[in-house]
Amino acid sequence: MRTRTLKRPASGSYRPPAKLWQLRLYVAGQTPKSLTAFSNLKRICESHLKGRYDIEVIDLVEQPQLSKGDQILAIPTLVRKLPQPMRKIIGDLSDTERVLVGLDLRSANVRKG
Amino acid sequence: MKNNGRKPTAPAAHLPKCLTGIQGLDEITGGGLPRGRPTLVCGGAGCGKTLLAVEFLVRGAVQFDEPGVFMAFEETEAELKANVTSLGFDLAGLVRRKKIVLDHVYIERSEITETGEYDLEGLFVRLNLAIDSIGAKRVVLDTLEALFAGLPNEAILRAELRRLFRWLKDKGVTAVITAERGREQLTRHGLEEYVSDCVILLDHRVNEQIATRHLRVLKYRGALHGTNEFPFHIGEDGLRVLPITSLGLNHGVSSERISSGIPRLDAMLSGRGFFRGSSILLTGTAGTGKTSVAACFAQAAARRGERVLFFSFEESPGQIIRNMRSIGLRLEPLVQRGRLRFHSARPTLYGLEMHLATMFKEIRAFQPAVVIVDPITSLLVAGADYETKGMVTRLIDYLKGGQVTSLFTSLTHGGHALQQSEIAMSSLMDAWLLLQDIEGSGERNRVLYVLKSRGMAHSNQVREFLISNRGIELVDAYIGPSGVLTGTSRMAQAAREKAEALACQQEAARCKRELKRKQAALEQQIARLRSEYESEEAELRRRDEQAGRLTRVLVAERTELARLRQADDPTAAGARGNSKLKKRK
Repeated sequence: MRTRTLKRPASGSYRPPAKLWQLRLYVAGQTPKSLTAFSNLKRICESHLKGRYDIEVIDLVEQPQLSKGDQILAIPTLVRKLPQPMRKIIGDLSDTERVLVGLDLRSANVRKG
Repeated sequence: MKNNGRKPTAPAAHLPKCLTGIQGLDEITGGGLPRGRPTLVCGGAGCGKTLLAVEFLVRGAVQFDEPGVFMAFEETEAELKANVTSLGFDLAGLVRRKKIVLDHVYIERSEITETGEYDLEGLFVRLNLAIDSIGAKRVVLDTLEALFAGLPNEAILRAELRRLFRWLKDKGVTAVITAERGREQLTRHGLEEYVSDCVILLDHRVNEQIATRHLRVLKYRGALHGTNEFPFHIGEDGLRVLPITSLGLNHGVSSERISSGIPRLDAMLSGRGFFRGSSILLTGTAGTGKTSVAACFAQAAARRGERVLFFSFEESPGQIIRNMRSIGLRLEPLVQRGRLRFHSARPTLYGLEMHLATMFKEIRAFQPAVVIVDPITSLLVAGADYETKGMVTRLIDYLKGGQVTSLFTSLTHGGHALQQSEIAMSSLMDAWLLLQDIEGSGERNRVLYVLKSRGMAHSNQVREFLISNRGIELVDAYIGPSGVLTGTSRMAQAAREKAEALACQQEAARCKRELKRKQAALEQQIARLRSEYESEEAELRRRDEQAGRLTRVLVAERTELARLRQADDPTAAGARGNSKLKKRK
């Protein structure tokens, strides 16, 4: 269950974006909450971070040992690995506003707009 | 489970229990925590919750081969390892040997944003992984309440906690969950609502500047348990609860007798001294020689080759040795030979529990045959009266269990309250000697008597107790019309009696002489009479002879006369007449 939307350039012709968003979504099996979270995340990224994000979905049922690294308790948890600092968003990401705030996208958008 | 025999009233079907290995706790709970169920341990900060939990795991792993998982919400793995190393737990080693898994769960609220529905499956996954990785039988969650600080949605959290405890039960692990003590509730976040099988309350109270920790089993569903508050302490080898009631009255007894070191005292104790393994109380007011009697006993035991442990709460070892030298007790060589060991500590140094623990540790290390506590009353300042009694009970129980003879001195403060105050303690004692001051004729003297001595016909006499540079001596006290005579009055009485005896003796001698004289006189008289008699007898004999001779002369003369007259019968008369005539010439 790995999804990569970003195609890493093989040569120097591609200009890397100022910010590469590396996101990790922790789930535990294909529960409704997990699926909702994933689709919510996908939607938000497509609308706000198109082309500059990388989502890695980790299923703790398959890889329980990975729960320790990011101190995962709640499921689902979205971890923003990059840009620093690390952010954690728990829940099914149904509250888009809060997700944007949590990911620090809100302020970025405001500036862009 | 082990203690089935101890509880005859308990239902036949017992809850399976899980021995904690923590000293005393298993006795209070009648065999440990409920197996396969969670137990809540709550208490304020610094009560020893984490320590209890760690010890539960470590002992489980080491003693019962039950691996454990420690999920720490407050301390990191490194911190935990370091913290318990001071207690002698090799947590790092156990982790390396895969006996224990440490898992630090870190929650930082500022890093977390909540967006919609979630659950704590991540925690379950982690716990499950940790349990399965070593086949853990024991789990500790310390302190689960950190979740309340880290996760804002309490409704979800509570639902998840309920699920967690359910899950732990299904998993069949024996869990210890620690929680902070709440103001109105048992725990700050009401965890007792979820963990209902067993609740243990820890408490750290300061009473008159001395802190003592207490443990209480608040609840133990489906099992009998000690409901009292038990003092416990954290020592160098972990936590130790010392329940008063844990030890039944079933220690073995010895009929061996040991000398008190004072021959006359042994004589008072039906001639052979105290029983081995008995507890002896020695009470007296200040300066009655309690320490001296104790030291005497110690010396006698050490000289027999037994090991003696002397707990002194008033004097330093050097001081005792010096002071006892003045009454002829040489303790120093015994100390050097390792037969006698002193342990001096200020009573106010720490709480009773700590004292007791230190004493237990010393006793275990030294393995003495005789233990002396001088004085036990000093410890009263370290704890309340009933606590001291409890402590003495536990100490005596412990010592009796090991057949160790114990002698406690007790300082009393004069008057009749003297005996009253000892009542609490005296019932624990097998023998009770009382040292008393008697004031009179301008001096103060000591007397000793045996108030009680279980299992022997002891003397009921008051003995005067003399301390000289040759040691302790007991002498008979005189009972006069004005009471017991001691000291110089006793000597005066003795002198008086001696004089009387002398006079009596002289009188007897005089009588004897008189009699002798009389006898001599009588004998003289007898001799005189006899000589008189003899002389008379001699006279009589002389007269008899004279008379005989006279008769013969008369006959001769008559014959002569007849011859001269030419009488008849010449032949017969002639022969006779011749001889008679010759005689007369």
